[in-house]
Amino acid sequence: MGDLRINISGLEFKNPVTTASGTFGNGEEFDDFFDLNLLGGMFVKGMTLEPREGNDYPRMAETASGMLNAVGLQNKGVDHFIDNIYPRIKHLDTHIIPNINGSTVEDYIEVAEKLNEIDSIPALELNISCPNVKAGGMLFGTSCPSAIAVTKAVREVYNKMLIVKLSPNVTDITEIAKGVEGAGADSVSLINTLLGIAVDAEKRKSVLSTVTGGLSGPAIKPVALRMVWQVYNAVKIPIFGIGGIMNATDAIEFMLAGASAIQVGTANFIDPQVSVKIINGIEDYLERHHFNSANELIGAMEG
Amino acid sequence: MAKIIKDHEVIEVRFPVSDSYIISLRSPVEIPAVLPGNFAEIQIENSSDVFLRRPFSILDVDYENRIISFLIKIIGKGTKKLGEIRRGDKVSLIYPLGNSFSLPEPGKRVLIVGGGSGIAPFVQLGRILKVNSNDVTFLIGGKSKKDILLTALFSEFGEVLSTTEDGSMGEKGFVTDHSVFKSENLPFDRIYSCGPDAMMKAVGRISKQNEIDCEVSLENMMACGFGACLCCITETVEGNKRVCKEGPVFNINYLKWEI
Ligand SMILES: Cc1cc2nc3c(=O)[nH]c(=O)nc-3n(C[C@H](O)[C@H](O)[C@H](O)COP(=O)(O)OP(=O)(O)OC[C@H]3O[C@@H](n4cnc5c(N)ncnc54)[C@H](O)[C@@H]3O)c2cc1C
Ligand SMILES: Cc1cc2nc3c(=O)[nH]c(=O)nc-3n(C[C@H](O)[C@H](O)[C@H](O)COP(=O)(O)O)c2cc1C
Ligand code: FES
Repeated sequence: MGDLRINISGLEFKNPVTTASGTFGNGEEFDDFFDLNLLGGMFVKGMTLEPREGNDYPRMAETASGMLNAVGLQNKGVDHFIDNIYPRIKHLDTHIIPNINGSTVEDYIEVAEKLNEIDSIPALELNISCPNVKAGGMLFGTSCPSAIAVTKAVREVYNKMLIVKLSPNVTDITEIAKGVEGAGADSVSLINTLLGIAVDAEKRKSVLSTVTGGLSGPAIKPVALRMVWQVYNAVKIPIFGIGGIMNATDAIEFMLAGASAIQVGTANFIDPQVSVKIINGIEDYLERHHFNSANELIGAMEG
Repeated sequence: MAKIIKDHEVIEVRFPVSDSYIISLRSPVEIPAVLPGNFAEIQIENSSDVFLRRPFSILDVDYENRIISFLIKIIGKGTKKLGEIRRGDKVSLIYPLGNSFSLPEPGKRVLIVGGGSGIAPFVQLGRILKVNSNDVTFLIGGKSKKDILLTALFSEFGEVLSTTEDGSMGEKGFVTDHSVFKSENLPFDRIYSCGPDAMMKAVGRISKQNEIDCEVSLENMMACGFGACLCCITETVEGNKRVCKEGPVFNINYLKWEI
């Protein structure tokens, strides 16, 4: 049986399958569907310093092989997470990784400082790529100097694993990846959603209250794969591959293109058990192709 | 309440009228307890433009034979595609989802106002209210006679009134034009409503004016249906809440409706 363990910047994941922020709640919503302890890790819903109500309804539009969302980081704030949510899920035998957001660099620093205090949280995902908020969010992740500045600032106060989540809404993602690597990121995760809009022809109106939203699902997979491959060839730090992963084959494609691990996002909405199926499918693939370890898949695509 | 995700076998798809059907499916496992107001997320496969599951209220459950049914109105691509499914085909269902209607004290008088496919949750509710010794009146609205469905079933649980916009059945007009609302003191202690937003708001307004407790079941657009995505929210006095998890049933006083 192949070894599914993956080591990312010194942190061991029992397998390369994790769930993407904002698509898995705090895990609890999936409790009825499978044993969460089977996951390699769980990226919980994006949090901010202060509670946020998010954007107005409608926040979602279905598109061909995907969806647009404009949730806008609705959350009860980092303190609520630490005091109320985390105690309910910390018994889980999987890495629970918060996804943090802010309108200013100071916000990011304060959230990171608070989470740094919690020993059992092994890593942070710095979201500089949310397309659905007016201030901060993607603005940090689409300019190289600001991506570097926020990464540096958080690096100074956070001494565990720092993952920076990159935006695909840029001309050259490798520039940003190299920038955050230089600023001290231990890993990068990509991609966040692609900026898009949906139009209701009958009503001659935009579907989303915010007009623009973030596109996710299989529709974005080829773009995500391309970006993972580009970043793999540009930086040394390990990559979490994200974007339209619906099954084990998709997950393996991301690893072959250079991802050390993957995050399952929108697929959770359609099949809440999909992550376990992906774990089993990777195991099966290793056996069929006579690999000893999932590590051997990373970047193994021939050009 | 544990939720299940299982492939169900299609037993029957029946069209009482051309644009609505009742689909019955058999579960491979025992059906968990379903409360009135609960819904299911149905996956409509092999269709490139129907990507997400679709939420539908649970019409009825036959626990003994493990059969669950839905009343579905064709409004777009997913509901059309599902209506074309054949007996014996497999469909993935997740349920029971969401909260349920709260029950009034025994003996209280209840008015149930439904429009379109919004009447689906009221079969189970009507049955329970009857057992609970409530005096139930159903008021069903539609464009014309063909839109007034399930009346035979409802009449087992209480009196059935109707309105149609073209006057082809019951009183002419919208549900809120019905003479049942004309009396000084409305003879109801509780009102339930499900259907188009405008209808629920109009019913909510009358309930508020008459200080009658009113619960509505919302049909917001959903991506997951089980609380994970935060796409389906509605504004409440306690901030944004998930219609799929904290709802779909809400007391109108809890909603930030301007009525
Ligand atoms: C809790 C809940 C219970 C429901 N119960 C029932 C039921 O018992 N029977 C039933 O027939 N339907 C029910 N619905 C509505 C049903 O989910 C939609 O009709 C269905 O998803 C439409 O899918 P479609 O692919 O046919 O439409 P699409 O092709 O996706 O859409 C067609 C058009 O309708 C609009 N639309 C689709 N869904 C909605 C919505 N929810 N609100 C406003 N506009 C919408 C779209 O914007 C589009 O313009 C329920 C919805 C919810 C949330
Ligand atoms: C409804 C929804 C909410 C999301 N919320 C967040 C979030 O809070 N933080 C974040 O970094 N990414 C968020 N994302 C982006 C996902 O984590 C992921 O990067 C993206 O959806 C692409 O992956 P997918 O195609 O597998 O869904 C969200 C995505 C969706 C669909
Ligand atoms: S539809 Fe996903 S949270 Fe309600």
